[in-house]
Amino acid sequence: MSDAKKFMFVNRKAPYGTIYALESLEVVLITAAFDQDVSLAFLDDGVYQLKKGQQTKGIETKNFSPAYRALEDYDIEKLYVEKEAMEARGLTEEDFLVPVTVLSSAEMGKLMDEQDVVLSF
Amino acid sequence: MLHIINKSTLTSGTLDTCLNTAAGGDILLIEDAVYAATRGNAAEAKLKAAMGRFKLHVLMPDLEARGMGDRLIEGVSPVDYGGFVELASNNKTCQSWL
Repeated sequence: MSDAKKFMFVNRKAPYGTIYALESLEVVLITAAFDQDVSLAFLDDGVYQLKKGQQTKGIETKNFSPAYRALEDYDIEKLYVEKEAMEARGLTEEDFLVPVTVLSSAEMGKLMDEQDVVLSF
Repeated sequence: MLHIINKSTLTSGTLDTCLNTAAGGDILLIEDAVYAATRGNAAEAKLKAAMGRFKLHVLMPDLEARGMGDRLIEGVSPVDYGGFVELASNNKTCQSWL
């Protein structure tokens, strides 16, 4: 679509402790419904959002992590994880629920610069 | 005294302030603070260094919610909600480092 804009969602918060991760996911799905070019960036504690094996029964909160797996059904396939953030948290690509592209901070910054719209969560 | 931490150590200075200020006692990690007690995270050494002065606990339902239940650092004791209440009642005072 020629009038599609490049949207980037910058996720920097861990899930459950605050509402940001879930709110971001909601807006991502809305944006996808309007056929925009959507990228998701995971920096800092945001990388924890994609961790496999989340079990929220004990905290009586909805486990929204399976929704990341459904993103590809909405043609959202550009998921970027910051390498430095991932490594500082003892995580590897195998720990994530979905396939991601791992970028250095510098590469992430460059990608951010190429966007038309950046939304921060 | 029981110190309760609920913020992520890698994005907030809450645990640092607690460790620098508190004289000793129990520390309970809850909510986003539980990541500090996971193997391989950048605060691991800091947490291990604190083990001499403090008894460290982590709220397991919060750790499991975040998919980290199998990565608990050795020396940190897992507690459930009952254990949380016990810690609170066994200590004369509680400080929540918000």
